[in-house]
Formats: sequence, C-alpha cells, structure tokens
Amino acid sequence: MTEWLERHVPKMVLAPSFVAILIFVYGFIAWTAWVSLTRSRLLPRYDIEGFIQYERLFASPRWDTAMNNLFIFGALFIIVSMFLGLMIAIFLDQKIRAEGILRTIYLYPMALSLIVTGTAWKWILNPGLGIEAVIKGWGFESFEFNWLVDPNMAIYTVVIAGVWQASGFVMALFLAGLRSVDQEIIKAAQVDGIPTHRIYSAIIIPSMAPIFLSAFIVLSHLAIKSFDLVIALTGGGPGYATDLPATYMYAMAFSRGDIGQAASSAMIMMMVVFAIVVPYLYSELRAKND
Amino acid sequence: MTDMPHPKAKTSSLSKTVLRWLLYIILCLFALYYLMPLFVMLTTSLKSLEEIRTGSLISLPRDITFDAWKTAWSGACTGIQCEGLRPYFWNSIQLAIPAVLISTLIGALNGYVVAQWRFKGANLIFSMMLFGCFIPFQVVLLPMARMLGLMGVAGTIPGLIFVHVIYGIGFTTLFFRNYYVTIPHELVKAAKVDGAGFFRIFWSIFLPLSLPIVVVTVIWQFTQIWNDFLFGVSFSQAGTQPVTVALNNIVNSTTGVKEYNVDMAAAIIAALPTLLVYVVAGKYFIRGLTAGSVKG
Amino acid sequence: MKTTSVFAAGAAVSFFAASFAVAGPEAEVLHYWTSGGEAKSVAVLQEEFKANGGTWTDMPVAGGGGDAAMTALRARVLSGNAPTAVQLKGPAIQEWYEEGVLADISAVAEAQGWADVLPDSIAGHMKCDGTWCAAPVNVHRVDWIWANAEILAANGIDMPTTWDEFNAAAEKLQAAGIIPLAHGGQAWQDATVFETVVLGIGGPDFFKRALVDLDTEALTSDTMVAAFDQMRTLRGYVDDSFSGRDWNLATAMVMNGEAAFQIMGDWAKGEFLAAGKVPGKDFICASTPGDGYLYNVDSFAMFEVGGADKQAGQALLAELIMGQKFQSVFNLNKGSIPARTDVALDGFDSCAITSAEDMASTSEAGSLLPSYAHGMALRGASAGAITDVVTAHFNSDMSSEDAVQMLADAVANSM
Repeated sequence: MTEWLERHVPKMVLAPSFVAILIFVYGFIAWTAWVSLTRSRLLPRYDIEGFIQYERLFASPRWDTAMNNLFIFGALFIIVSMFLGLMIAIFLDQKIRAEGILRTIYLYPMALSLIVTGTAWKWILNPGLGIEAVIKGWGFESFEFNWLVDPNMAIYTVVIAGVWQASGFVMALFLAGLRSVDQEIIKAAQVDGIPTHRIYSAIIIPSMAPIFLSAFIVLSHLAIKSFDLVIALTGGGPGYATDLPATYMYAMAFSRGDIGQAASSAMIMMMVVFAIVVPYLYSELRAKND
Repeated sequence: MTDMPHPKAKTSSLSKTVLRWLLYIILCLFALYYLMPLFVMLTTSLKSLEEIRTGSLISLPRDITFDAWKTAWSGACTGIQCEGLRPYFWNSIQLAIPAVLISTLIGALNGYVVAQWRFKGANLIFSMMLFGCFIPFQVVLLPMARMLGLMGVAGTIPGLIFVHVIYGIGFTTLFFRNYYVTIPHELVKAAKVDGAGFFRIFWSIFLPLSLPIVVVTVIWQFTQIWNDFLFGVSFSQAGTQPVTVALNNIVNSTTGVKEYNVDMAAAIIAALPTLLVYVVAGKYFIRGLTAGSVKG
Repeated sequence: MKTTSVFAAGAAVSFFAASFAVAGPEAEVLHYWTSGGEAKSVAVLQEEFKANGGTWTDMPVAGGGGDAAMTALRARVLSGNAPTAVQLKGPAIQEWYEEGVLADISAVAEAQGWADVLPDSIAGHMKCDGTWCAAPVNVHRVDWIWANAEILAANGIDMPTTWDEFNAAAEKLQAAGIIPLAHGGQAWQDATVFETVVLGIGGPDFFKRALVDLDTEALTSDTMVAAFDQMRTLRGYVDDSFSGRDWNLATAMVMNGEAAFQIMGDWAKGEFLAAGKVPGKDFICASTPGDGYLYNVDSFAMFEVGGADKQAGQALLAELIMGQKFQSVFNLNKGSIPARTDVALDGFDSCAITSAEDMASTSEAGSLLPSYAHGMALRGASAGAITDVVTAHFNSDMSSEDAVQMLADAVANSM
C-alpha cells in the first residue's frame, strides 16, 4: 500500500492543478466556443445560431486592423525585448560597477501599473508636449517624432512602451541564466584563448535554452494580453489604428454588449496562439526528452 | 571587483578602457530610457495643478509641493469616500500575500514532479498548463463570475485569491520546472537509495536549492497580482476592492476635473510595494544566483 | 427610524413606512462617479439616504466612461450577486431589462408623478415596457461649443450660428496663427464632434432618422456625405498633436488662448470654473451651429434583489434621486442641469440656465434628441460601429463617399 502510494504520489500532487486547469482553462475555452456560436448580447445565451459571429467578425475592417497589429506588435515586441534583455544582461555581466542600481532601474517598469505610466508615455511621445517639443526647444526645428499621432506609425509607439515595460524582466531572467553557467567551462575556454564573443555565442547562450523558453512564454503571453498598454497609451487610436485583438474583444464584450462577437474574436485569438505556441512547445519539450 | 585575467587575449589596455567607457555609456543611455516615464511622473506629482495647467507637462517643477502625495494617500476621492488609497492597501495585501505564497508552493511542487518524477503524460500535462498561460483573461471573466457565484465566494477576498492562484499555476510551474530540470537526476536516485521519499527529497534537497527561482517566481507573481486590475474590478464588491481599482477610480474620470499631480502620486504610491520587492529582492536575487551557480 | 420625506406624496410615505418597519433600507450602489465634483455630487445622495435611515454601501468603479463599471456589473449579475442600484443610461437600461434583471419602481414613480415633471423624451428612457425601471439624475447637454472670449474679441469674431460661419471664423483664426479648434483625438471625442455636425448640417429630423432610427437611406444620403465633408474640414482646423489628447487638456488650450473653440459637453464648464474663469467674460458657451439639443442623461436603474431591506432601499433611493433638493444640489456640483423641469435654477450659472431654457423649448419643438456619442440613442453594438467609422475617417484620408458606404455596412453588420 505504501509502495503504491509512493509510486503514485507525483501524480496525486499534480492532479489538483491538472483538474483546475482542465476546468478553468479548457472548460472555459469550450464555453467560449459555444457562446461564439450564439447571438449573445449583453449576457451569455446558449441557443446555437451557427457561424454568424464569425461572418460578422471577418466583415469588420477594425478586426483586420487588430489582427495585423497583433502580428506587427507581437513580433517586434518579442524580438526587441529578447534582444535588448539579452544584450543588457551580457553587458551587466561584465563586472559592472553599480550593477545593483542599474539592474533595479531596468527592472522597475514591471512594477508600475500601466494605468498611469500610460499617461506619462502619452505625454513623452506626444509631439506637442514631449520629446519632439523638447528637442525643438533646443533649437533643432526640423526634428520630428510624431509616431503617436500617425495612424501608420502609432503601433510602433506601443512597441516602445511595451519593450520598456517587459525587457527588464527578460534581462533578469537572462542574467540569472548567465550567472548559473558553469564558471569552470568559461575559465577553461578563456585559458584556451577563445574570444569573449565566441564564448557567449558558442558556449553560454546555447546552454540557456530553458531560459529562452521562459522568456518566450512570458513575452508572448504579455503580447497577446497587451490590453492596459494600448488602452492607457493610445486608447486604440488614432482612429482604431492601434487596436489589438484583446482590446477589440474587450470593447465588444463589455462596452458594446456584443458578447457573441467577443467570443468569436477570442476563439480566433486562441487559434493564433495555438498555431504559434504549440509547435514551439513541442520542439522545446521534445528536445529535452531525448 | 577586478577584471578577470585574460592571459591570452592581449588587447591593449587603452582600447580596453575605451570599450569599458562605451559599455558604461550604453548602459547609462538605457537607464535614461527606463527612467524617463518615472521622471515625468515624479516631477508632475510635485507640481501644483495650476502649474500643470499652464506649463509644459514634462518640465521640472518650479515650486515643489507634496500636497498631491498627501491627497493621494489619504484624501483623494475614490467614490463617496475621500480617504485616498490608504483603505484599499490592506485589501491588496490580504489578497496578494496568500495568493503569491500558495501559487508559488503549488508551482514548486508541480515543477518538481514534471522535472524529476516524470510519468507517462507528465509532459502533456505540463504543455497544457503552459498553454493555459495564454488564455486572455477577458475570456474567463464571465464564466469565472458564474463559478465564483456557485462556489459562494463571489465578491470576497478568498474568491480573488482563488482566481489568482488558478491563473498563476502555469507560470509558477514553468519557472520551477525550468530550474529543476537543470538539477541532475542522479541526486533523486541517490536519495531514493538512501530511503528518502517524494516529499522528503523535495523538502530537504530541492527546496534549499530553490532560493533564486523562488525569488524570480515571487517577483513575477507579486507583480502580476498586485497590479491586476481586471480580476480585481470584476470579482470584488464594496469593501474588497484592491488598490488598483482605487487607483483607477482616482485617475479615471470622464467628466470630472483631472488632477494629474494626484494621479501620478497615487500611481507611485500604489506601486511602492512592488518597487520595494524589486529593490529588496533584487539583492537576494543575486545572492541566490551565486548560490545557484555553485550547485551540481 | 426617521421616515419622513419632504417631497413624497402621502401615499408613498405610508408605503415606505410599511417597508421600514421590517428593516432599515439598504443599498449597494455601483457607479462611476469617483473623482472631484462627481464624487461630491454622489455624496449628496448618500447623505440624504443616511438621513432617511438608510445604509449606503459604495461600490465605485471608474474608467472608460463606465466600461469598467459595466464589466464589474456583468460579473456581479452572473455570480448571482447583483448590486442594488447601478448607474446605467440610455438604451442599456432596456437591454438589461430584457435580460430580466431589473426591478420595477413604478410604485414610487407614479406616487411622485414623475411623468408630469420630466420631458417626454427623457421619461421614455426611464421606462421599460411601460413600467418605470430607472430614475434620472441630470441632463448634460452635449452640443456645446466653448470659446475663448478674448480671442474672439481680438479677431472680431462672433459665436458662429452655422457651420459655414464657423469655417469662415476658423480660416480667419488660422491666418492669425491661432489653432481654431481644440480637440482630443479619442474615438468618443471624434464621435461627439461628429454628432453635433450631423445635427447642425442635417437638422433634428435628419439626426433622428440617421443616428436614432438608423435609416439606411439617411445614412447613405448626400447630407451624410456633407457631414463627413465638414468633418474633413474640421480636421484641418485642429493642431498636429491632437491624437489621444484628453478632453480637459483641449479645454486647457482654449483657456490658455492657444486655441479658440472646443466642442464638448457641459462637463467642460467644470474645468473653466475650476481655473477661476467666468462664463460670459473669460469664456463663452453656446450651442453648436444649428437647431436642436443633444442630451446625455445619467440615471440609476434598480436591479432585482432579494430582501425587504434592499427593496426598501431601492424605493427610497428612487424617491431621493428624483427629489427637488437632490436634483438641484447634485447638478450644481456636476455642471449639468436637473432632469426635472420644475426645479428652481437659483444659483446656476448662465450656461446652465441657457441649457434649461433650450431643453424646454426643444422639447416642445420635438428637437430634444438623445446623444449617440454618449450612449443615449443606440444600443452599444450599433453606436460602436458608427464610432469606428467616424474615427477611422477623421484620422485618415478616407473620402466622404467611402465613409458613408462604410457607415452603412458597419451599421448593417452590427445588427
């Protein structure tokens, strides 16, 4: 009996979490799928009406914009944050004086709620109030930085603020990774006269694969869910040029009383996530198993 | 702190100094980028409303005043009550601490199982949990509200803790799993030979090694939970609203007069606990990391 | 327990007295008036509620013009834990009624004769299938244009009464190096300007057909094209960094003399007054060019709840909200005017008095109309679809013809 228990204890430990995830993630996804097939307005209803919500969704130009933005924003946000995070981590790893202070400076944005940092960013990026005005005030009259008010460029300002918020945490993850690489191997490589950049690219970075997985998951989760960021910074504007699927869904579900439409947009979002994340997870976990 | 000796790499000391300076300049430039919004928030919070209304928004304050801070902490209206953020702080603390502890503990156990006690299907379960990280929270609001109602914890702090724990499991499990996966399996095998059981090994071998990842997880969870607005606003009722909802009530008003200085001060006050965690834990972070690198 | 009420009819008093005998009235009130003058205004209601023996639990949720409050409301209703009273407005009241969650407050409304003291179109918003289901607290006028008095005088400009006059004035100001129109590029602000333009160019009947009845013919008409043309013209009168600007920063531009005009509801007056400006002297308020009156009425709806104490709370709340004293004090704080037409306007400023006079006259002329931009005219999905087009047009170089076509498509798709 105790032996049986001993053998199954790992499963029993995992079981409650598994059941919870099954209900509160997958059950809720199924619920959403159901609602996306109904005519739900203010509150969910359960009479299936077919694919009408998906037809409405694909007929909506705003949804097109939101999806395009997700790809632009998501790709840039993840790549830039990873690159910047890794770069700063490597720089900080060079036995820098005042590392503690710098690290805290890079990390703190994660601690602030975007409800208000959004306002600060809005002022900084606004051509009439922020950087452009300040630099013009210094006498550089031709200086222009008006992405915030340009419908074609506004999404990049969302990237700037998003990277600002998230890259510090990624930096911390990478720094943790860099520091836990076996120092003996590095010393040996240095003794062999291998240049520093080669040590990083050939030895240290490849050994941090699990960190890359964590960073990727953290960042893509933030990208998909970026909601406060857009609401606080641009409110989706100019026009709806910086709308993202999450803001679209929220607007439909809660300000417009169109829950069926919101559910259909949520399902499409989930499919996109599935298409991107599952192959990645599969390859990562596969590699570990062998 | 001295530079590591580079016996073979004989770069001239001059170019090394230049590189070093360049490094510091780049790091400081980044620091400026990161500090810019905080600068704007701080200066604005120290200005009078009159100065904000008439002056440039991102200039230094002419006359420094701490009135906005006082108002934000104990006088700003968040509805009928004009007691500032103070009463809501306690709600957030009551909510965040248990939620962080519970989700971290569950994550540690899950990560330990997935990394060291693999059984058939463990990886699939882990992937399912990870995928769960991506579910947009807006999607779960309505069904979750129904569930909390059925469970009888709607509008209560235990209800909010429950929600945060559920949606934190994916991340905490991920962090611990990735950490424990680097610990050699031989350790568990040897311990088993010595007759130690599942919990014994976890308690006396893995947990003591876990400080760095505990710090990372706690930072992450605490930040997420403390700063959460969506769950806080949906699953609370009068008396259980967390500080972010109060902050939002101070900051967001469609037809009222906007007091930017109070808004900014309130935002900084509301962020103080997370800032504190980053500053304090950042130290342990490094200490833990040094400990971590000696492992194995 | 004190059960007297200065304004209730005798019948109503005895009705409440009966309920009070069971337990003290209770109310948990979900609202989104959280800061400054707004919060003070609600506090007035809470005090009266307390003075009548009630227990008030405050549940404030601000943000997004009530979006966050509506999110919280849905979660509360679904978890079977609805608040007693909720700040709701426009067709959303009827939408919630259709979900079967609103309580009937006809007993109070009829005892107090609400129908006699409210303008018909506003009373219509408070009724669901013939029963009273909400109580109005105020009337904001949306179609205001605010101007810097000094700038107008210096440039020899009178308040424009047609959009052509406005355009002429704007050209003149632009030539003088002044920003003609202070505007914040947020979707709801774009929509606010748009509806005043539609009202001014098309007239009240056209406004009603297009933005209340959603008549396809009106939506695709040449008049609508002309309205979009005017929006394009206005786009030329705002400064370059208008995107995302909060409305109050735009108001500050008018105050500081950077800009001449702003089109905004009467909450903008609060900003002027807070800065110590005097109406008529430092700034001028006038209705936007054209006839009609666009109203934005805040109201409270009562949700179906169990327990005699809560039901007594709802009745008492409804009674107090419509009381003359509250309507007067509240609106003095809030910058709006009472929804009741029989409240003495002592102490109100000249803009509010104009607003009240215009409300009475337009109500008679049938041009007292609901604001679409502030969720009074249409259900959320349709109003949102229109706003999407308006803001997309205003923030791009889309032609008016394309915009009109998109408008018709979007409205059809929102049904």
